[in-house]
Amino acid sequence: MVSIPFPVVRPLKPVGIWGWLTTIDHKKIGVLYGTTAFILFLTGGVEALLIRLQLAIPNNTLVAPEVYNQLFTMHGTTMIFLAIMPLGAAFFNFVIPLQIGARDVAFPRLNAFSFWTFLAGAIILKMSWVLGGAPNAGWFGYAPITGKIFNLGHGIDFWIVGLQVLGVASLAAAFNFIVTIVNMRAPGMTLMRMPIFTWMTLITSILLVLAFPVITVALIELMFDRTFGTVFFVTSGGGDPLLWQHLFWVFGHPEVYILILPAMGIISEIIPTFSRKPIFGYNVVVLSGVIIGFLGWMVWSHHMFTVGLGPIANSIFAITTMLIAIPTGVKIFNWIATLWKGSIDLKSPMLYSIGFIVLFVIGGLSGTMHSSAASDAQQQDTYFIVAHIHYVLFGGSLFAIFAGIHYWFPKVTGRLMNELSGRISFLLLFVGMNITFFPMHFLGLDGMPRRTYTYSSEMGWDLWNLVATLGVFFIIAAVLLFLHNVTRSWRKGEKADSDPWDGRTLEWSIPSPVPEYNFVEIPIVKSRDDFWEKKRSGDTSEIELNLREPTGDIHLPQPSYWPAFASLGMLIGGFGLVYLLDSMLGLLAAVVGGMIIMISIYAWSFEPVNDPDVSGHH
Amino acid sequence: MANLNTTHSEHEEHTTTGLNNRKMLMWAFLGSDCMFFAALIATYVIYSGQIVGGGPVPEDVFSIPVTSVSTFVLLMSSMSMVLAYSALVRGQIKNFQIWILSTAFLGMTFIGFQVFEFRDFVLHGLTPKTNLFGSTFFVLTGFHGAHVTLGIIWLLSLYFFSLRGGVTPERHLDVDLAALYWHFVDVVWIVIFTVVYLLGVFPGI
Repeated sequence: MVSIPFPVVRPLKPVGIWGWLTTIDHKKIGVLYGTTAFILFLTGGVEALLIRLQLAIPNNTLVAPEVYNQLFTMHGTTMIFLAIMPLGAAFFNFVIPLQIGARDVAFPRLNAFSFWTFLAGAIILKMSWVLGGAPNAGWFGYAPITGKIFNLGHGIDFWIVGLQVLGVASLAAAFNFIVTIVNMRAPGMTLMRMPIFTWMTLITSILLVLAFPVITVALIELMFDRTFGTVFFVTSGGGDPLLWQHLFWVFGHPEVYILILPAMGIISEIIPTFSRKPIFGYNVVVLSGVIIGFLGWMVWSHHMFTVGLGPIANSIFAITTMLIAIPTGVKIFNWIATLWKGSIDLKSPMLYSIGFIVLFVIGGLSGTMHSSAASDAQQQDTYFIVAHIHYVLFGGSLFAIFAGIHYWFPKVTGRLMNELSGRISFLLLFVGMNITFFPMHFLGLDGMPRRTYTYSSEMGWDLWNLVATLGVFFIIAAVLLFLHNVTRSWRKGEKADSDPWDGRTLEWSIPSPVPEYNFVEIPIVKSRDDFWEKKRSGDTSEIELNLREPTGDIHLPQPSYWPAFASLGMLIGGFGLVYLLDSMLGLLAAVVGGMIIMISIYAWSFEPVNDPDVSGHH
Repeated sequence: MANLNTTHSEHEEHTTTGLNNRKMLMWAFLGSDCMFFAALIATYVIYSGQIVGGGPVPEDVFSIPVTSVSTFVLLMSSMSMVLAYSALVRGQIKNFQIWILSTAFLGMTFIGFQVFEFRDFVLHGLTPKTNLFGSTFFVLTGFHGAHVTLGIIWLLSLYFFSLRGGVTPERHLDVDLAALYWHFVDVVWIVIFTVVYLLGVFPGI
């Protein structure tokens, strides 16, 4: 190796904040992702609370109309890009290397870069609140209201740049997990022996890799319209607002599956474990996941049934949308068949998983109603859609995320969460969720439009709006109880052993909390649900080995400053892009940000994964 | 960009599929980049012929002979890249340096043509603000040019690195990845040349 051109002292075993800033351990990054995304989830919840308070009574003036537009835009954007996606990423990070029997992901530093860049994107988006107003065009930002003519402030610019930066983070993570899952599996773990969660992560990552560039292009075009005066979406120049809708939903519909497939993966782990049975029809569950990932590309125009694409286009997209309900339904039957005759243990992860099935079926059914173009024409842009999206994303994705947190908490912290608190918070969340969102079906069918700032009492929407708002307080109580449970159990919860749930997959064969090196000896996988089979067969030599201290040295990749530094460049450059035209300072920030990124990439390239001069192994 | 983790290959790692991790990362990135250009080209195709408010159209500004030359130059750079890689794996570092430098030089020539072309179009009254043709053309070819420029920086970095003995036959993957990227950017240009230039001037084909 030739000399390293950037003689920065490499962090060896940093502690405290430096330890977290330079970490490339997938488990620590998973924890960072989880806690950051949960805090952002709470901010999205506050935005939702303000929306519901405004709508609680007719002709309310709690918030101004302009603020209301910003609230629903930021609520949607936050929950999708800053909460559910990164909470999914938290599970990818923590669980995947353990499930496939690896010591880390394929590119540990790229993984750290993903997290810090996600944080940079979140900061850019959220800073819009205090820097002159948040974006206000809805989470799908339809043209032309995002154009400079209709939207002068910087809100939309923050939205564009924030989403671009988040896109870089998601893409880097997706590349990493594709390579990790395809290439880093323990010997013997063939594709059809992989846990379902690993499978769904792989499909999600492939969707991310192919879907994100499309919104990247749409956002670039919008940004050029706003910043450099191009006419992509400017109607006076011939620009077609429909192009934005197509580009957005070609990304946006696979995105829906990016949000739900990891959730399906999580509960496909939990349901067999707590039914003490293998998952029913493993091959079919995998295959239907693959089919969902494939068909997810052919349904985007069902978001556009009312724009007038014509009967042929509408019919085709109606049929493909109905088709995609089939593999989804198949999965639901598989979960139910897994429960069938199982010896069911109704612990909190299992309760949340069953809640997922119930609520996701309701959301799925209203989704199938939308697949009929004629029916959808009645429901488009009403609260019926709001009810649907919250049943699949709150009742679906979020319930699965809560299930996953309760399930893997002992593996992360080495302590069990309080079971009674878990059950009560599940009950509160389940009840509150239904009180809040079920009445929205009625409101929608009564014609209440989504994103309406307020309504008159004569419309007859008073009762159900008030009920929906009251439901929010159950959700708040549930989340507060959950937070209390997490923080308390983390410090003084009951100690968990390595395998508290009688688990099936490899992560339960190693100590809780997981040691830095994960596996003393990389396991040799002989079957699906390998750990479960080994426990049953009595062949525990390998398992016992992994519960002991390692005898020799285990080489681990060393911490690095460069990923976080590159993300700092993204942050500075991002703010520069927002203010590019305002002052020289904006241009300067963009240039400085770009230079920081370049320097970091060079330094990173020349930095060995394992520095022979420093001993950083366990 | 994809120079990341150069040192992974110091000791060839064992992988499930036998494919190198970095190479798979590069392929995944190129798959993603395909969708990036697909979206840009789709925008161009959807808007082609839909010009509102006047301004030049493709027939007014394109010069097929000039762009054919620059296309030829870029294609030759791919050949030169192949020669650079093959020289490296045969251990001929001197030849490798000559060919990688010539690849970068051909790439720069292509960019020179593009700058000349952009300037010429602006003189004809076509800017990104003029009409939909201007917006779609400059953004599509501009992003392709940015890809080529990044590639040139990458190739030159490899060249300077090789002067200090950093590029060896054992570490041929470092060059292989750059070559993959370079060929990809070339292929994208062939599509752009066909769809934008040829079909723009000879729409009947």
